[in-house]
Amino acid sequence: MSNLTYTVIFYIFAAITVFSAAFVVFSRNVIYSAFSLLFTFFGVAALYVFLSADFIAVTQVVVYVGGILVLLLFGVMFTKGIMNTELKSDVLHIVPGTFILAGIIGALLYTFYTTHGWMPSATQLHGSIVERIGFETMSHYVLPFEMVSILLLAALIGAAFLARFDKPDNNKS
Amino acid sequence: MEHLIPIGLNHYLTISAFLLGFGLFAVMTRKNAIVVLMGVELILNAANINFLAFSKYNGGMGGVMFSLFVIVIAAAEAAIALAIVINIFKIFKSVDVSSIDTMKE
Repeated sequence: MSNLTYTVIFYIFAAITVFSAAFVVFSRNVIYSAFSLLFTFFGVAALYVFLSADFIAVTQVVVYVGGILVLLLFGVMFTKGIMNTELKSDVLHIVPGTFILAGIIGALLYTFYTTHGWMPSATQLHGSIVERIGFETMSHYVLPFEMVSILLLAALIGAAFLARFDKPDNNKS
Repeated sequence: MEHLIPIGLNHYLTISAFLLGFGLFAVMTRKNAIVVLMGVELILNAANINFLAFSKYNGGMGGVMFSLFVIVIAAAEAAIALAIVINIFKIFKSVDVSSIDTMKE
């Protein structure tokens, strides 16, 4: 793949990511936001492939698109009053929000583009890193790995407990 | 134009800056709790892009492993937050975060 093709494909995915993220934020319809978030997640996964983190990209697609986005859509459809909400009342603090948006993006871009101290390493990541992720998980990161598994179990039990169906209290003492 | 052609670290940092800005904007200005959650997911994705970009150009595996853990935490956070949002909807009959002003029923 030539360098120009690589660049063009990168810019296509970058544009998909940024514009669909903007649509998530600026669309007033929650369903449109949720489906636009799908494109953002896919675009970010494609960027992970460009960053030679293919395993992370697959995990992103499985966890975000298959899990989190479905959860968000369930949330949208459970809370069915969403589609009826007044569109104008959907936003608050629009002026400070816009200032923060412009300020954060401007400050970060200014910092990134005026910092000339990024020194890329001579040994960058290349190709597939699935093997190295396996080695790192079982050597350096064993303790965080186990802790995060316990945390995930506890969080899911807690979520199921929080969202359980409550009978009305009047037939209980 | 010349600095746009070879894809470098700054490209990824720019995308992540935009995602972070949009996510913060959603968290600050939207009233719907689910859109606020989407903003949090955008912020986490921006952080992940930064981790992976620095990890690639550094050559180490720290950022890659950290981004995996970030994805796991994001899954746990989304599950808990959706449970809380559904409870809020059951009690207040809306998911408008600016109308929730009591901490007990």
